[in-house]
Amino acid sequence: MTMTSTTTTTALPGLAARIAASDLFWSFRRSPVVIAAAAVTLLLILVSALAPWIAPHDPFDLATLDLMDSELPPAWAADGDWRYPLGTDGQARDVLSTILYGSRVSLFVGFASVALAGVLGVSLGLVAGFFGGWLDAVIMRVADVLLSFPAILIALLINGVLRGALPDGNQDSVALLVLVLSIGLTGWVQYARTVRSSTLVERAKEYVAAARVIGVPRLAILLQHVLPNVMGPVLVIATINLGLAILTEATLSFLGVGMPSTQPSLGTLIRVGNEFLFSGIWWVVIFPSAVLVVLVLAVNLLGDWLRDALNPKLR
Amino acid sequence: MLAFLVRRLLQAVLVMLTVALLAFVIFRYLGDPVNLMLPEDATQQQRAELRDKLGLDDPLVLQFARFAGNAAQGEFGVSYRNARPVSELIAERLPATLELVAVAALISLVVGIPLGVYTALNRRGAISQALQALSLVGISLPTFVTGILLILVFSVQLGWLPSFGRGDVVDLGWWSTGFLTRSGLLSLIMPSVMLGLFQITLIMRLVRSEMLEVLRTDYIKFARARGLPRRLVHFRHALRNTLMPVITIAGLQIGSLIAFAIITETVFQWPGMGFLFIQAVSFVDVPVMSAYLVLVAFLFVLINTIVDLLYFAIDPRLRGDRAVAGGHST
Repeated sequence: MTMTSTTTTTALPGLAARIAASDLFWSFRRSPVVIAAAAVTLLLILVSALAPWIAPHDPFDLATLDLMDSELPPAWAADGDWRYPLGTDGQARDVLSTILYGSRVSLFVGFASVALAGVLGVSLGLVAGFFGGWLDAVIMRVADVLLSFPAILIALLINGVLRGALPDGNQDSVALLVLVLSIGLTGWVQYARTVRSSTLVERAKEYVAAARVIGVPRLAILLQHVLPNVMGPVLVIATINLGLAILTEATLSFLGVGMPSTQPSLGTLIRVGNEFLFSGIWWVVIFPSAVLVVLVLAVNLLGDWLRDALNPKLR
Repeated sequence: MLAFLVRRLLQAVLVMLTVALLAFVIFRYLGDPVNLMLPEDATQQQRAELRDKLGLDDPLVLQFARFAGNAAQGEFGVSYRNARPVSELIAERLPATLELVAVAALISLVVGIPLGVYTALNRRGAISQALQALSLVGISLPTFVTGILLILVFSVQLGWLPSFGRGDVVDLGWWSTGFLTRSGLLSLIMPSVMLGLFQITLIMRLVRSEMLEVLRTDYIKFARARGLPRRLVHFRHALRNTLMPVITIAGLQIGSLIAFAIITETVFQWPGMGFLFIQAVSFVDVPVMSAYLVLVAFLFVLINTIVDLLYFAIDPRLRGDRAVAGGHST
């Protein structure tokens, strides 16, 4: 039974190739889960980008905080107050607002570290694949070593080293930079390996030889001709790594070596809320956790879908 | 065989030397240990004495040789923060982490393998479908969120299980164990479940896919055709051939269990190495950081080497003149 269905789809390879561009949209439209994931991701990006304008309170403006309002439960509970829809924390900060600002920090760190890892990984992969030799050997050995340890361990280590190495490395002001660097410097390996292997393939093709013969400088060949041809899988890796980066950021902040509580990300909010767990104030920890889980799940679903949809083997 | 052994061991030594060099660079160039160890109003003379004591003025090669020599003997100097020998701190904390990791690994095998076998044998059953979906959610859930939920339900709401620490431990001289007391065992439950949860889903999915693969092979069809009882076919013939890759992966995963124990230990304030490491990272306590790095790298290399050798010992097909792929997917 499954045989017949696969033969009907593969019987028209020419047609499938011609509509390849719209394939992506077709598979998108077909899956309600993916549509939901995309909607949730977009919504979270939108509300966190607009946080300063749409958040009901500014949780970091000490003047507006009234300790009388601290530890209020969510609005629908008995003692709730509709001014604070999701309740307040121990410092009378509105939980909804801290989550909006927190997702902003989390998403920023996620995107920035994925961008850093991408640029670094693609460059190193191109260089390793195109020039080969000892440079290739060194880059790939480093990649192998990084890959054989869990990412969180590497990120923690880089984090510790950066705090010691940067001037004022332990200050709150550079926490964002330290986080982006430690996650970005951990995540480049996958890009580098993928780009390197496709560069090896591209390098042997005739257009590269032709460009060389007419005297195009090697760097120009690399950037103008090889680079566009190896960028295909990079978007997929970036999407999958975005979920991972957001999760790593949350973990580091939760462990207390990420964002400080004066400028919290979702992970920091969960760490701070965790301290209130035993006073029965569950909403301070549960709501940020839920937002984090939903965000990571949505991004992961998008990444998985993109990987499958763009994989010619699965078509 | 011998050539393989030697090559594998050389590789392991090389990795360890690289890690030691990295640890030394961190140790030597990260911050000024003198400033970190002394109070801010220390006199110039106190500083000079400490520099001399730590050997910071010696030639670099000598310093690395001393560092590597000491590291090989388990000596990593004195913690900047606690002012106690790092080896002492780690020896104190190692049992807590290893017991946690061992229990988590055991749970993941004891729960993961039967679930995997069940979902493979009843592929279309409702329970199998539910388990598959549940394992997807389990993989997406950040481990610390799982831990917090466990505490919220079993400690705060129900009050059944302790939420922090190891409970009462029994001191066996060089090892302190939580296995021998009631509170020690109760304290182990939630941390090990949290740590093992991801591994359970991993092993379940692995066993399922391996089992499905094996069930399609000719010798299983032949065994069925011979009229062997289903139980015998499934467990004697199919499961046995499924377990080898599972044991390999489970072995390799012990390394990541040790790393992820950092998060578990923070959530449950478990007095293990991970907790020590996290404190070291936040206070830039360099000797502890470099010691943890060397120790964890050593455990990783040790486990990988053992798994490679085991693979070689278990699978007779690898012994001939074939190239050995080892246990890595890369």
